[in-house]
Amino acid sequence: MNIKDIKKEFPIFDNKVHNNDLVYLDSANSSQKPKIVLDRIYDFYSKEFSNVGRSVHYLAVAATNLYENTRVSVQKYINAKDKNEIVFTKGATEAINLVANTFGQKYLDENDEVLITELEHHSNYVPWHFLRKSKNIKIEFAEINENGEITLEAIKNKINHKTKIICITHLSNVTGAILPIKEIINLAHSKGIPVLVDGCQGAPHLKLDMQDLDCDFYAISGHKMYGPTGIGVLYAKKKWLEDLPPYQGGGGMIREVKKKGISYGDLPNKYEAGTMATAQVIAFNESIKFMETIGIENIEKHEKKLLDYAIDLLSKNNSINIIGNPKNKGGVISFTIDGIHPHDIATILDEDGVAIRAGHHCCQILHDKLGLPATARASFGIYNTKEDIDHLNRSLNNCKKIFNLK
Amino acid sequence: MNLKELYQEIILEHGKNPRNIKKTDNYNKDAKGDNPLCGDNVHIYLKIDENKKVEDISFEGSGCAITMASASIMTDLMKGKEEYEVKEIVKDFLDMIKEKDKLNSKLLNEDEKTKLMCLSGVKQFPMRVKCATLSWHTLVSALDNSQEIVNTEK
Ligand SMILES: Cc1ncc(COP(=O)(O)O)c(C=O)c1O
Repeated sequence: MNIKDIKKEFPIFDNKVHNNDLVYLDSANSSQKPKIVLDRIYDFYSKEFSNVGRSVHYLAVAATNLYENTRVSVQKYINAKDKNEIVFTKGATEAINLVANTFGQKYLDENDEVLITELEHHSNYVPWHFLRKSKNIKIEFAEINENGEITLEAIKNKINHKTKIICITHLSNVTGAILPIKEIINLAHSKGIPVLVDGCQGAPHLKLDMQDLDCDFYAISGHKMYGPTGIGVLYAKKKWLEDLPPYQGGGGMIREVKKKGISYGDLPNKYEAGTMATAQVIAFNESIKFMETIGIENIEKHEKKLLDYAIDLLSKNNSINIIGNPKNKGGVISFTIDGIHPHDIATILDEDGVAIRAGHHCCQILHDKLGLPATARASFGIYNTKEDIDHLNRSLNNCKKIFNLK
Repeated sequence: MNLKELYQEIILEHGKNPRNIKKTDNYNKDAKGDNPLCGDNVHIYLKIDENKKVEDISFEGSGCAITMASASIMTDLMKGKEEYEVKEIVKDFLDMIKEKDKLNSKLLNEDEKTKLMCLSGVKQFPMRVKCATLSWHTLVSALDNSQEIVNTEK
């Protein structure tokens, strides 16, 4: 597959937005979907549909196999040791809530500390905040440096004997900083502290190897990996999934249910209560295959080229301030323009068919720290091209013109 | 859709140099409002005199050009109005933003109407309507002495 022609695989680009070609620069929010993923959903529902894991009829068995095939694909894709270390969730948010809830129940008590960072998305803060309310735990924030990065030092500074778990993003959805997660995990493990990585922005863009990384938990969002909405993955070391209590109760996750007591099913069923997003899980297999066909190395290379090009172009554009300057950075550029509010930028760009995001991007802690109520953000996916960046730059100039800026 | 209609000169000008942006001395009514999706926020201060007239009105806050211009124009034209008139005008304004093409208000002169009509361009931009209406809802909340923060998502 030639990366230059990849746009063609995504039917959304056949549509016009306000009579313009769509320039989609909001992949950090959610990516577009290739045709094979869409077709898979339609085919599954129209030819193969059944609920999984419950019945012995032909369709049920076939659907169960398809569902489990995705588990194996994900396992291989992230190089997990065991397929039962892959738990399907509705998204990364649910994956993190699952860990906060179960780990919190079993291992967190009053005054224990959870260490997160100032870069975290609300979904890697709010679930821990619940425990602050229910169990009186404390949340510590590792601080960003002037480049918008979290260094190993910043983590080290906040670890103490009360730190019970460290929860960090792999790649910031605002500054684009890629955290030194392997070093952080090594450090944490040397002190006996488990680590959860919010891999929402890591998984679509970086090579993953759970065994090499050795993290305890890794949360993935399917809809940012060219997959359907309603599907996420929690990778967790087997020892944790066996050790922690179940999260949601219901059908599918039990072994035996009596009036007097209940025993729970084995992995992976223990954490997949109720009817799961079957079609989405099955279609997610196509997203993984799609990414594998292109090759994560090629994806990384392509996005790095785009990023360098965009940074170069936007830095030359007067009055654009790029937020953060991390040495190790993914395809995310947050910026402001002096004299134009990010929402006005987003509205004006939208008229040109350029889709960006404006706001705090679910990172209010970071925006408070930066003293900015909102920023504009352009983020890349494999379908983006240099022409898209040129288009962005032209539209930004149009903003300046409308606002009478030089 | 037309960006020129949304970003008219008068809006850009008020957005850049908002009037009445301060905290009224000895204010006797106030309310806060936010637009959680955008992170915009305003705080409206009112000084109502013994005849129930707006003696002074001001605001503090931050937001996009539409939010700031709307608060600026609104505070400008409410000065000297009676409380019941303020409420009428808010209603007329919200009607215009939501459905009507024209601003029908017995209480405003042509010049004031023209200024407010400049904000009617947001109708074509559904995501931005809240920016234009935030300060108006907050003003009503201040008049009613409601302690609740106005939230455009509710
Ligand atoms: C860094 C980060 N964490 C978590 C999330 C939430 O993921 P999901 O939408 O899969 O619940 C997002 C997506 O917005 C994100 O960017």
